[in-house]
Amino acid sequence: MNNRPYKTDMPVLLTVKPMSGDKFNFKLKLWHVFPVLLFVLFYSTFGFADAGPAKSSVFETLVRWMPLLLKGFLFNLLISVLAMGVGTAVGATLGLGQISQSAWVRKFAWFVTQFFRNSPWLVLLFFAMFLLPFEVEIVGVKIPLPDWLKATIGLSLPVMANVSEIVRGAVKSLPSGQWEAAESLAYTRTQTLWLIILPQCVKRMLPPWMNLYSILTMATVLASIVGVSEVMTLTGQVLSSEGGRPELLAPFYSFVLLLFFAYCYPIARFTVHLEKRFAVIS
Amino acid sequence: MTWDKTQPMVSIKNVHKAFGDLKVLKGVSLDVMKGQVICIIGPSGSGKSTLIRCVNALNDIQEGSILVEGQEVNDPNLDKLELRKKVGMVFQQYNLFPHKTAIENVMMAPIRVLKQDKATAEATARKLIKKVRLEGKENAYPGELSGGQQQRVAIARSLAMNPDVILFDEVTAALDPETVGEVLRTIQDLAEEGMTCILVTHEMAFAREVADHIYFTDRGVIVEHGAPDTFFNNAQDERTKLFLSQIL
Repeated sequence: MNNRPYKTDMPVLLTVKPMSGDKFNFKLKLWHVFPVLLFVLFYSTFGFADAGPAKSSVFETLVRWMPLLLKGFLFNLLISVLAMGVGTAVGATLGLGQISQSAWVRKFAWFVTQFFRNSPWLVLLFFAMFLLPFEVEIVGVKIPLPDWLKATIGLSLPVMANVSEIVRGAVKSLPSGQWEAAESLAYTRTQTLWLIILPQCVKRMLPPWMNLYSILTMATVLASIVGVSEVMTLTGQVLSSEGGRPELLAPFYSFVLLLFFAYCYPIARFTVHLEKRFAVIS
Repeated sequence: MTWDKTQPMVSIKNVHKAFGDLKVLKGVSLDVMKGQVICIIGPSGSGKSTLIRCVNALNDIQEGSILVEGQEVNDPNLDKLELRKKVGMVFQQYNLFPHKTAIENVMMAPIRVLKQDKATAEATARKLIKKVRLEGKENAYPGELSGGQQQRVAIARSLAMNPDVILFDEVTAALDPETVGEVLRTIQDLAEEGMTCILVTHEMAFAREVADHIYFTDRGVIVEHGAPDTFFNNAQDERTKLFLSQIL
């Protein structure tokens, strides 16, 4: 009792020293992925060393297929970048439509936005796959529309709707004094929007936009359901070509998970960083 | 319609304005001659800010007439941009563009709206920033300036459009007491140079010193008006007397 800071006859009243909080404030860093990855790979080699000459170890199998899976993953990234690009371009236009002075344009943009924002991504993907033709003819030139391109268009629809809302929200979040000041300086509405309002919105739009991108990237695996040869489809094919060995399932899908995590987590961290920075400035 | 300098530059006649059911202006009339400085005072919610916001068509009116240099503002075919080139405005919250530096704030409208070339606009902007005593702050962003400094940039920004009349909407109401003086001094400079000014203000001492004519508004009407000395020393209406006794 002597080493306590103060003495009392009633030990229940002694203050409890809290356990060090440091141990529990674990912050994920990118490099943490690699120990986990190594553990999964290493663990997966146990118990199969004496599985017979016909079967290679899980680790060897995974390494052998890794280049193909990585290529598949790059394809996911390509789809995500294209869908984001298309979705952002059309969505930004739609978002500006939502703040148009013409009531008809506003209503139309609002309807399109709400429709695509409140539809399941997978359903939109199926719509795109089955409603789009396999080729389009533009001024006599036939342009083929392969499945992956249709999937990209399908995924860009919800992105478009979400970007539209991001743009509308950012514009609405600016104080009305900015509009009034610009108006009283005789700027036209277009000038006000492009010179005063939108430049200030970019900062506000960036974090939610990046958030949306990382959600989209993770959603690209939906394309496997409609048969696009992206990383999930390839993983399934690899597994079946390896004879459907059940011990391969966990390592292979873990690998795919880790690929996405390694790509999306830094984006999420960076988004948080941006949000903090902009919060201080504005 | 032609306008000459013997006629009022701004002529407000029997203006009515309501926001929904709330009647804010109930028949206000006043005239401002070229070079005149008028101050509109009155309790909060008496419609004084609304009144000057009608002059540059930020708010529309339901009834009555506002002529600016002979041009009717209460007209659906009004060219608002032409009107606003003639009528400058300074706001209570400054409303500077935070993503632009002080000098860019000042020179942007002359370049984009008046189509001046960049060198001319920049030279004018530098002169104006000097005029509002902010030399050396040209490249500061609004966030780096004090309230009084921002408000002076806002005045320079308004002056850059070379307006014929400037509306000041409670421009010192959001300022720290120690920076109010520098803004008032800037406005006084303008008044002495002959700029036509319409001020909504709570600064009675300033109004008394700078104004040619004082208007007292309450509940959407002008209760009393007159030259500063008469108005402050010899108010007739009970409401005016009460207001002045509370504020002085």
